[in-house]
Amino acid sequence: MAAEKSTIDALGQFHLDTGLGAIGRSVNFANSNVMMVVAAALVLLALHYGMRRRAVVPGRLQALAEIGYQFIHDMCVEQIGEEGKRFFPFVFALFFFILIGNLIGLFPYFFTFTSHIAVTGALAVLVIVLVTAVALRIHGLHFFSYFWPEGAPVVLAPLIVPIEIISYISRPVSLSIRLFANMTAGHVMFEVFATFMLMLVGALGAFGYVLALGPLVINVALMGFEVLVAFLQAYVFAVLTCIYLHDAVHLH
Amino acid sequence: MDLASAKMIGAGLAVIALAGVGAGIGNIFSSLVTSIARNPSARNQVFGLAILGFALTEAVALFALMMAFLILFT
Repeated sequence: MAAEKSTIDALGQFHLDTGLGAIGRSVNFANSNVMMVVAAALVLLALHYGMRRRAVVPGRLQALAEIGYQFIHDMCVEQIGEEGKRFFPFVFALFFFILIGNLIGLFPYFFTFTSHIAVTGALAVLVIVLVTAVALRIHGLHFFSYFWPEGAPVVLAPLIVPIEIISYISRPVSLSIRLFANMTAGHVMFEVFATFMLMLVGALGAFGYVLALGPLVINVALMGFEVLVAFLQAYVFAVLTCIYLHDAVHLH
Repeated sequence: MDLASAKMIGAGLAVIALAGVGAGIGNIFSSLVTSIARNPSARNQVFGLAILGFALTEAVALFALMMAFLILFT
């Protein structure tokens, strides 16, 4: 049992290899970076070709671009308020970069760059630095009253202020770990169930092929679920960014 | 007890957190059903909130799963 279990190489799919041959090796251009460039290029190309015709009745690609634009625009205005229009390009870029990253990771032989905490952590730090900078710019030093809920008894200050500061600092941590854990767990589950199929065939021969249909069906269902998760996590990342920006603009 | 079995038991213990997540997700969707039954016209707004809550709760389950994977595979 223990010997079989150790043959599941669940985390091997996340290993970074250098892409683009010798040039990539010399500048440390990994397959993760290649996928990031591909994702960014896909978003830009879809928007460019979608908005080139500017038809009154949109075609498929134009409808895609318009729906994406409308979706993020509504989200910004709804969550942040009228000031949200200023942050719309940032949230738009963030959402589509993560969404395309999640989605192209679902294709075989493609690398999921959002399954690396270095990537999601960098995005989350970017968000929190932006939020803090916006809050400091709009409110100045008054921003620090954010850590003090109004009307609380002064006696509780030594307790409340550290808790508020910790909860503020833990935001980028939970933001990055949520996305990375979702992606990693999903891909590990694919790997585990696919390995179950190989194990069944290896252990039972012809009868194993019949039993292997079980993990295969589960993997197909998981693929559908992962497409949902890819959208959902990109949406959650963008919505939480909007909520933090709302806090920064309005304080509480 | 050798290290391999201790790892297996530890991974099993790590996913006990899923009990709380199951209760949480059930709670979210039971509230969703109740609120839609009371006010069907609010369905679109409430559904988005429920999905957001579901994703946030599910993340806790994945934290537990990550712990289990870390124990098992590293």
